[in-house]
Amino acid sequence: MDRMTSMDRTMAALSHEEADRVPLFLLFTMHGAKELGMSIKDYFSDAENVIQGQISLHKKYKGDCLNPFFYAASETEAWGGDVVYIEDGPPNAGAPIIRSVEDIDDIEPPDMDNPVLRKGIEAIEGLVDYAEGQVPVIGTALSPFSVPIMQMGFEGYLDLMYENEDAFWRLMRKNEEFCVKWGNEQAKAGVTALAYFDPMASATMTSPADYRRTGHKIAKRVISRLDAPTASHMASGRALPIIEDLVSTGSGAIGVSSMEDLAELKRACKGRISLIGNLNGVEMRRWTPAEAELKVKECIAKAASGGGFILSDNHGEIPYQVPDDVIHSIRRAVDEWGAYPLEWFDADEE
Amino acid sequence: MNSTESVKDMENSLLAVDKNRAFDIMAQFQGSSGADFVNDVLMPALESIGGRWERGEVSLSQVYMSGKISETMIDTLIGGATAAGSGRTVAVAVLEDHHNLGKKILSSVLRTGGFLVKDYGHALKAEQLADMVERDSVEYLMISTLMLPAALRIKDAVALIRERSPGTRIIVGGAPFLFDASLAEEVGADAFGRTATESLNIVKRMMQEAA
Repeated sequence: MDRMTSMDRTMAALSHEEADRVPLFLLFTMHGAKELGMSIKDYFSDAENVIQGQISLHKKYKGDCLNPFFYAASETEAWGGDVVYIEDGPPNAGAPIIRSVEDIDDIEPPDMDNPVLRKGIEAIEGLVDYAEGQVPVIGTALSPFSVPIMQMGFEGYLDLMYENEDAFWRLMRKNEEFCVKWGNEQAKAGVTALAYFDPMASATMTSPADYRRTGHKIAKRVISRLDAPTASHMASGRALPIIEDLVSTGSGAIGVSSMEDLAELKRACKGRISLIGNLNGVEMRRWTPAEAELKVKECIAKAASGGGFILSDNHGEIPYQVPDDVIHSIRRAVDEWGAYPLEWFDADEE
Repeated sequence: MNSTESVKDMENSLLAVDKNRAFDIMAQFQGSSGADFVNDVLMPALESIGGRWERGEVSLSQVYMSGKISETMIDTLIGGATAAGSGRTVAVAVLEDHHNLGKKILSSVLRTGGFLVKDYGHALKAEQLADMVERDSVEYLMISTLMLPAALRIKDAVALIRERSPGTRIIVGGAPFLFDASLAEEVGADAFGRTATESLNIVKRMMQEAA
């Protein structure tokens, strides 16, 4: 039986201490719709659904956080964009809201009373009430450097970044102001921490040199102005080549990819910044219970010693296709192999 | 400058998104055929960049900008389109998904490699794609995806295409396939390209085998 609350367990891990066991962040979004027996579109239409879905998932799997996040495209929806729903995946951003450089100067960030943003705040408030300080409630703010992927489309954004630096920075200034306001609105509503979602920062998406002259400067400015602690999430992208840069942003943790070796990441980060990850969400949908157990055990062996590690998926969202029995297997494996001290595993041999 | 140095210089120019330098290198090949420049310098540089992307050494932004600059160079070389691939047509598409970047990179590399590209667009339903493939008697179809649900939906498209256009070879690519090595087989594709240049080489190999 757990000897600590999820909040204490998570805080210990983030302080690079060993708690009673490794914390498990099950970052569900769409699974709440399954719990309530409704379509993904209907589910996300009302904050109360997200509250009830998350509570149901928390009671079922006893994960160590609550995730009021709706879907990434909700931010561009608040800016005036369309959302395209599909029956078995996260809603996508529709047509770009910025189609020309002129649009960058014309577009205005949404106010905090925007209905889409209010829905997000309502979900946070409901889950904060439920958590009673015992379970971390994790908010999400898309990084100003990454959100243009949806504002402009990938190609339009890369063309802007490499071919029109003045306009790029004008957009970044607008996005930065919005990100700080939106993040702090979530902090005011009571989130324990914010996921600073920044896939564009990853070495998978942007070269370290380009990141240092762009997204890194932005992250340092934004994170220093946020009223809640942050975890920078690479959403499956590689972090190792920019570890020192990520440490210097002020974030307390990094969401890391299954493409990278967790032991190598741990060596690079130990005692300085915590790791969140890195179970492969795409493979997860077809794992057997034995495979799930093995994957959990591997992650714990590589990264859990000395704290500074939260077990989670590698993308920050468990795919809709992942079945319940796999999640139950992951949960059981954490209880079996994640209890501190990790007596089954001699870190010195690793 | 010999060919090996030119390839390295071109690779570095493309990765640095230095279009002027890339065009300077191309200018040094004035007098020889455009096909020589494409086959001896540009394609080897893109192949190397593709390999480095696969090993996690370069970023997707660099891969995209490299393809874009290469395509601009091809557009200035009238003979470029008749290089390695002998002007054969390859169709590219994104199923259900709205993410175009992978398809764009693929198109740039295929064009640079001498193929004509028929772009079927994005957000297609399986039925729509099967209709297009049948209408155009497509020999080689490449499907790019970013999201897992779209990748899984390829299975439906493959089933329809196999029924109506049994001669069509289907090559898939994109993030879900990189994260799950068994996914390409699961959806019934003929092959999986880890990079755009690998996809290009797969088509070339298939053409040779069919010849």
